[in-house]
Amino acid sequence: MDKEARLEWLVKRVAQEFKNGDVVNLGIGIPTRVANAIPEGIKIILQSENGYMGVGPAPEVGKEDPDTVNAGGQCATILAGGCSFDSAMSFAIIRGGHVNATVLGALEVDEEGNLASWMIPGKMVPGMGGAMDLVVGARRVIIAMEHTTKNGDLKILKKCTLPLTAAKQVNLIVTDMGVIEVTPQGLLLKELAPGVTFKEIQACTEPRLIITEKVAV
Amino acid sequence: MAKIITFDEAISKVENGMTIMVGGFIGCGAPDQLIEEVCRQETKGLTLIANDTGILGDAMSQLIVKRCISKLIATHIGTNKETGRQMSAGELDVKLVPQGTLAEQIRAAGAGLGGVLTPTGIGTIVEEGKQKLDINGTEYLLELPVRANVALLNAYKADKAGNLVYRRAARNFNPLMAMAADLVIAQVENIVEIGEIDPDEIMTPGIFVDFLVHKKQREVSNVG
Repeated sequence: MDKEARLEWLVKRVAQEFKNGDVVNLGIGIPTRVANAIPEGIKIILQSENGYMGVGPAPEVGKEDPDTVNAGGQCATILAGGCSFDSAMSFAIIRGGHVNATVLGALEVDEEGNLASWMIPGKMVPGMGGAMDLVVGARRVIIAMEHTTKNGDLKILKKCTLPLTAAKQVNLIVTDMGVIEVTPQGLLLKELAPGVTFKEIQACTEPRLIITEKVAV
Repeated sequence: MAKIITFDEAISKVENGMTIMVGGFIGCGAPDQLIEEVCRQETKGLTLIANDTGILGDAMSQLIVKRCISKLIATHIGTNKETGRQMSAGELDVKLVPQGTLAEQIRAAGAGLGGVLTPTGIGTIVEEGKQKLDINGTEYLLELPVRANVALLNAYKADKAGNLVYRRAARNFNPLMAMAADLVIAQVENIVEIGEIDPDEIMTPGIFVDFLVHKKQREVSNVG
């Protein structure tokens, strides 16, 4: 599979993680694409941390509303049945455990479920925005990312080296190579992406992956 | 009763060295014309409390570009490269705060609370230097109230009593900041007579608001 097909697999795979009625917050980048891949018959409610529930598709050209932007600052829409609120309410929803799942990208994630996603000291310090609250508050934290960096550096590590977004909060890691669950025993390989072998995914992952018979190696 | 004043009068109340809070989220719901007036009057040495510093080129970003700000408390600065540049060069003192924490710190100040306990930031550099409390087996950080001398807000509608209504995602930090500053100035698109807004629709009680300024209509309508 080429890179785009692998990413498409990743996005579709994340979209299978939700139940009907789940409140979900999607991060910027690959996670945003998950909204377009929700299986038929499943309806989720998307929250935007800048202050509304019921994120709809991007508006048609010419119908943009400057008062309706998503958490990335791009013009968005609010679906019928949605509602807007202030930032304190938005983060009460997030911190209070009312968000079933959040899907976020990562710079590094480790076998204890620690996540680093908000800064590279001396190089990139954009700020954490709402990410720290989301990772602590959402009932399930799903990381959706490419398995390694563009240079091939490992991102799934024994121990994160960058400043953390949150400690021990990640539940599931879905990459273009497979699906990995964070368990108290370590990282459990649940699925391999089509065409990827165990040897290949292990070579791109620092900690040893636990395998079960279910995963054809 | 909120007094309706001009942009010039409003910003003459913001003195050099003051702490200001400014509503908005990446420009959405930011009081752009009040901010432009701060830049025009070249107010300096301000401490800015805001979610972000806008997108390079917009009104909010100009507060940084024009060097009105010497200290910044924000949650995200990635959309304005000049903020990062001034921070790296040691020209701007920046404190980054998780978004939910900043919202609650402002709310706490306005609500007369001594602080809030949040699990956000535990196990990260955000916890450095802060008191931690164990409540029923869970660790929380004590985050202290944050208030300002002046709050600059944006609202969609106001009546002459100062009651405010916001629109869509433009609400964000505006109603929280309305409670947490000594002086509250709101830039408003539509100012109506007292009694024209149903009490149930009001989002910020007028008692919080000191001054209203009528937003100047741009040539291109920006409400779709």
